[in-house]
Amino acid sequence: MTAEDLKEIRALISRHKLWDYLFATLGLLAMLAGILVLLALFINLFMEGAPRLTTDFFTSFTSRRPERAGILAAWAGTTLVMFVTASVAVPLGVAAAVYLEEYASKNAITALIEINVTNLAGVPSIVYGLLGLSLFVYKMDLGQSILTAGLTLALLILPVVIVATREAIRAIPGSIREAAYALGATKWQMVSDHVLPYSSAGILTGVIIGLSRAIGETAPLIVVGALTFIAFLPQSPISPEFPYVSFAWLKEPFTVMPIQMFNWTSRPEEAFQVNAAAAGVVLLIMTLTMNAVAIYLRYRIRKNIKW
Amino acid sequence: MAEPTGTIKADVKNLDFHYSSGHHALKDLNMPIAENRVTALIGPSGCGKSTFLRCFNRMHDLYPGNRYEGEILLHPDNVNILSRNVDPIEVRMRISMVFQKPNPFPKSIYENVAYGLRVRGMSKRSQMDEKVEKALQGAALWDEVKDRLSQLATNLSGGQQQRLCIARALATDPEIMLFDEPTSALDPIATAKIEELVLDLRERYTIIIVTHNMQQAARVSDWTAFLYMGNLIEFDETGKIFTNPANKQTEEYITGRFG
Amino acid sequence: MPMHRHFDEELKELKKKLLRLGGMVEEGIVNAIKSLVERDSELAHKTIDADHNINALEVEIDEDCIRLMALHQPAAKDLRLLTTTLKLIDDLERMGDLAVNICERALELNKESTLKPYTDIPRMAVQTQQMVKECLDAFINEDVELAYKVCDEDELIDDLNTQILRELITFMAEDPTTISRAMRVIFVSKNLERIADHAVNISQSVVYMVKGKVIRHTISSHPENQ
Repeated sequence: MTAEDLKEIRALISRHKLWDYLFATLGLLAMLAGILVLLALFINLFMEGAPRLTTDFFTSFTSRRPERAGILAAWAGTTLVMFVTASVAVPLGVAAAVYLEEYASKNAITALIEINVTNLAGVPSIVYGLLGLSLFVYKMDLGQSILTAGLTLALLILPVVIVATREAIRAIPGSIREAAYALGATKWQMVSDHVLPYSSAGILTGVIIGLSRAIGETAPLIVVGALTFIAFLPQSPISPEFPYVSFAWLKEPFTVMPIQMFNWTSRPEEAFQVNAAAAGVVLLIMTLTMNAVAIYLRYRIRKNIKW
Repeated sequence: MAEPTGTIKADVKNLDFHYSSGHHALKDLNMPIAENRVTALIGPSGCGKSTFLRCFNRMHDLYPGNRYEGEILLHPDNVNILSRNVDPIEVRMRISMVFQKPNPFPKSIYENVAYGLRVRGMSKRSQMDEKVEKALQGAALWDEVKDRLSQLATNLSGGQQQRLCIARALATDPEIMLFDEPTSALDPIATAKIEELVLDLRERYTIIIVTHNMQQAARVSDWTAFLYMGNLIEFDETGKIFTNPANKQTEEYITGRFG
Repeated sequence: MPMHRHFDEELKELKKKLLRLGGMVEEGIVNAIKSLVERDSELAHKTIDADHNINALEVEIDEDCIRLMALHQPAAKDLRLLTTTLKLIDDLERMGDLAVNICERALELNKESTLKPYTDIPRMAVQTQQMVKECLDAFINEDVELAYKVCDEDELIDDLNTQILRELITFMAEDPTTISRAMRVIFVSKNLERIADHAVNISQSVVYMVKGKVIRHTISSHPENQ
């Protein structure tokens, strides 16, 4: 290469590097913008609500007097509803995804089903509320209860669980399946001994994403009949006599955190806004904790899964 | 073409195979598989040797639309393993396979070897321990892993992983072992170890090995089949094929004048 | 630690066969000289017949080498081992043929009375036998020193051969009736000398096999003489 050519090439490279640098800077600014705005929101919320986070905030029911209003009924309700949602959505979602991926034959019908499952994730949540109202509350006569709320939210997050499970299953290389079959495994043995264990990390991720969405849903629960003012807890699931487990709590009325917050923000007293902010902080911490647990579990599982 | 004189483990009779796409991959193959000997399948890419190998353990059944014609008779009970009335799972219980790229399960070394035993309903720990050790010794891997059986199999080197896969295939006392290009993904030293292992296993197991490296076929096999475009061009003792093949196409392939 | 190879087993078997061939050839030489010195014509016939076995084994080893080279693609030392074996069996087979020639001369000489007691021929024979044994040992043990020794021992054979020739020429000059017998004895001496030359060939091939160095066709083979 001549000296002239080398000079030209060097000039060319520095011009290209300029664009490189430019984009890196723009990208950094964009990322900072997003993060800083989020950070600002959190800090604002925290500063407004933190003073209200005392023990009695967690242990009192709501009240007309802001200094006595607490989130006991709300977070108990949220916990119980999430429990029902997870118990319904996970088995249904995983089973559906396993069936679609492993058992169903690949034809036009299954392709149609797959497309629609993905679409369902985009349906507005209030529509799920309407569905829950007509089906669970009236048709099946389950009333405006924790069970109805759990079932409605389960339907809401079902597409998310199905898609996440499906993607996790697809990530398993065909060579592992072939190895299992070559040893004489049946389809079910392959699924239960290999597919499910290896995709558990992905499934967990999908479940957590779904629950994180469900925990903040307000509209469908209002439609299904969550109360905004509750001054009592549902019956305990643990009963003193045989069989020591009670399901009566499923049929009870309830409220959840977002609805409690919504109720407080619509009151004129400024002190209620502080309450709402405090509740918001609690909700945020619950969500972040769930995500942190998920990330940790995923990390532990992923360590051992290598192809 | 010469015929093996000892016991025959399997007889391939008029085997044709069509992929679901319509591609006629195997055309009227007829071949005996000698018991406790190594039979190698060689030929250029796309000649059908892997397709042929996978007929033996009905792997093609996993993907819909494939079609077998003809028979593969497994002795001594003379059953046609390609028949619709024979469950492919039963065939795979009798015939095991080692794949091209080592594919151990992301489980412990012990669990990898024991999986075939679990599938067959074995659960007693002492029984499985014994079989796992025997299989790992048979695969020349026991000494290297006996102190870390509970460690993850995927932490082993490529060559060790492949020997683990061989142990996994051995643990179930297969009647035939299928090797699908077992050393393609390995370095020369790991390859040499696997070849020595195959030579150790010969005489105790019936082995069919597919290889695109014909010198490997020359080194390890007793009988060699040369396939081209789905046809069996020549089948004879390995010594004869590599010193004086009867067919001109075979000669051209062996001397590298193909294409 | 070098890996154990199945190929090594096959090489071992090949060496065993080669030693067997060497043994058969040594026996042939011993018996040929015996049939001459002890005037045993029956032994001569038997030895001539036994040459068939030598030829058959030579063909067998030849085929083995070809097969091993085709199937195992040997490199370096292994390759030189096989190509040297091919050369060796050639030399050994020729030695067998030369022993047969000695037997044929013995048959002719045994019909007539002895010219003089055989003294130098047996001495030559003993030395030749030793050279044959040593060159094969050198091959099996990859002993280069021994191989060079064999090359040196050829000097004695050449000297004895010249001595015998001179002595018999004197005989023939003094008494023409001894010519046919003397000529035959000269042929025997010549055959022994040729056998010794083949032993030297083998030794030179051994040096090549071990060192990868060609010392064939050099006049003084030992490195000290270079």
